[in-house]
Amino acid sequence: MTTTPSADPSSLEREEAHALLKGMLRVRRFEERCIELYSAARIRGFMHVYIGEEAVAVGAMQSLRPDDAVVSTYREHGHALVRGVPAASILAEMYGKAEGCSRGHGGSMHLFDLAARFYGGNAIVAGGIPIAVGLALADKLQGRDRVSACFFGEGAVAEGAFHESLNLAALWRLPVVFFCENNLYAMGTALTRSESQTDLTAKAASYAVPTWAADGMDVLACRAAAGQAVAATRAGAGPAFVEFRTYRFRAHSMYDPELYRPKAEVQRWKQRDPVETFAAALQDLGLLDRAEHDALERDVAAEIDDAVAFAERGTLEPVEALTDHVYRRRVR
Amino acid sequence: MSSPATVETTFREAFREALRDALQRDPLAFVMGEDVGRYGGCFGVTHGLLEEFGPERVRDTPLSEAGFVGAGIGAALGGMHPIVEIMTVNFSLLALDQIMNNAATLLHMSGGQLNVPIVIRMTTGAGRQLAAQHSHSLEGLYAHIPGLRVLTPGTLEDARGMLWTALQDPDPVLIFEHGALYPARGELAHDAGPVGIDEAAVRRPGEDVTLCAYGGGLPKALSAAALLEADGISAEVLDLRTLRPLDDAAILGSVARTHRMVVVDEGWRSVGVAAEVCTRVMEGAFYELDAPVARVCGAEVPVPYAAHLEQAALPQPQDIAAAARRLVGSRG
Repeated sequence: MTTTPSADPSSLEREEAHALLKGMLRVRRFEERCIELYSAARIRGFMHVYIGEEAVAVGAMQSLRPDDAVVSTYREHGHALVRGVPAASILAEMYGKAEGCSRGHGGSMHLFDLAARFYGGNAIVAGGIPIAVGLALADKLQGRDRVSACFFGEGAVAEGAFHESLNLAALWRLPVVFFCENNLYAMGTALTRSESQTDLTAKAASYAVPTWAADGMDVLACRAAAGQAVAATRAGAGPAFVEFRTYRFRAHSMYDPELYRPKAEVQRWKQRDPVETFAAALQDLGLLDRAEHDALERDVAAEIDDAVAFAERGTLEPVEALTDHVYRRRVR
Repeated sequence: MSSPATVETTFREAFREALRDALQRDPLAFVMGEDVGRYGGCFGVTHGLLEEFGPERVRDTPLSEAGFVGAGIGAALGGMHPIVEIMTVNFSLLALDQIMNNAATLLHMSGGQLNVPIVIRMTTGAGRQLAAQHSHSLEGLYAHIPGLRVLTPGTLEDARGMLWTALQDPDPVLIFEHGALYPARGELAHDAGPVGIDEAAVRRPGEDVTLCAYGGGLPKALSAAALLEADGISAEVLDLRTLRPLDDAAILGSVARTHRMVVVDEGWRSVGVAAEVCTRVMEGAFYELDAPVARVCGAEVPVPYAAHLEQAALPQPQDIAAAARRLVGSRG
């Protein structure tokens, strides 16, 4: 049985509400700036932005502790930001600078930050899921009460690695939480064209993994579902699976002409913009006034301006460092 | 015939002693793979370890190579020292994504933050009539991948000694155990322990020609050297031991002594280990050569089942000796 907890914004504290909104604004504005920088050719390569899905990262990560691990995919700018990877080091990475969080060796799809216990940045769909299972195994073997959280899209659910990982995690009762971001399209392939069973929680449940579903456009619903799942896992219940039903407002990547879905559908989902609807709800409840909203926007803009300046003035990794970090132990 | 300082043993027992030693010495080490526990190892290598160390440290896995190899990588990231067994090299292809896209690349993509101290053991090679899906020698495929260390024990000392050194290595290490060697017997020092994994070794000194081999090809090269000795040809036998990184100095040094080289490789001839060794000799010791380097490789077919066909597909001592005689006969 899938649990779908509801969340009532009227019970929010003002400060808490502002923090959630600011978290989503940081991701939204950061991604918008990335698109501008990409268009200006300051950022190259494949780049996948998270616009429309902000409620998931912000809501899901509320219940994680700093010593928990987060594993992500190639659409991970938002995950990294919310997890606490500095915006400046993320942007410098996309610029290919030595000050980037992966020293310019990773780029947009491979953000890593050991201090934040942020383990990528995996560009192989479902490739990070077994890694999260292994991180959880290490915690269990060493008697730590940490949780490993793994983000992936619904496209990964068609991969064998997903099924092998859920089976292993359930068999060994490992403290890993599977966060499935169902944005309905695996690149251009709609869920109904790629999965015989479109209820993704049913797949997880078939491995005896408890499941939750959340409205991925509602940060409070995301927070509530993830909170229950993480709490159960941390208490020793074994793995948990949470499906966030969400939508990406932008194309799959900067190269995607988006021929596979109607514009009207995108417009329909934009009516449920997680940032705007949450801000409006807070205003209705008297938890946010115009001045406060403007102040949040100003803070976020300043942070991103600083990050851009940092990336711009960053240095290039010397070419002599090309062969660094292939082996940790120096080989002849 | 055991002397007091040595004991008669098999490769299988030597590999097992290495595992037992590792589990005793390193509380973070654990063994994981298909049938390593209750069954005792599909080739008997892990027999008895479950009883001695328990199911947490000798961990049976489901048949899911991508899942448990990926979990091993995650566990290594989480501070453990996993020793993962894959039943045969052919099955390792199911985990190739995890080995190549994660184990071998995470250090570089993360700008030096995430290293993967995993050891992956697997059986390789033909000679047991197991046909084309259990008999291939794909170590050359792995030796192609920067970020991995590829070890090929061909002596009892290395079967006993390479594992502990590999476990101390901060990088991912693959150990290829030739299946035909498991029952091979010989004398091993009572106090045999860890060995280096950086250098190739001269297993038999000689003056007229170098027979360069590794793993299951090594005993065949030594047999060929004995055949050549009867003809009055003095053959040096060089054991590569580590296929990545290759010990260039040892290869070029041997050519400088003997001026002729036969490379023995059970893998396929095209684009393989032997091709790489030949090229390095051409690049680094061309003017030392008195004859073109010769190759004795596996036939370029999927390995067949029937005994006579399988043997015809593999390098044999008489093939190696014949190649050496041709080189020596071409002496000016």
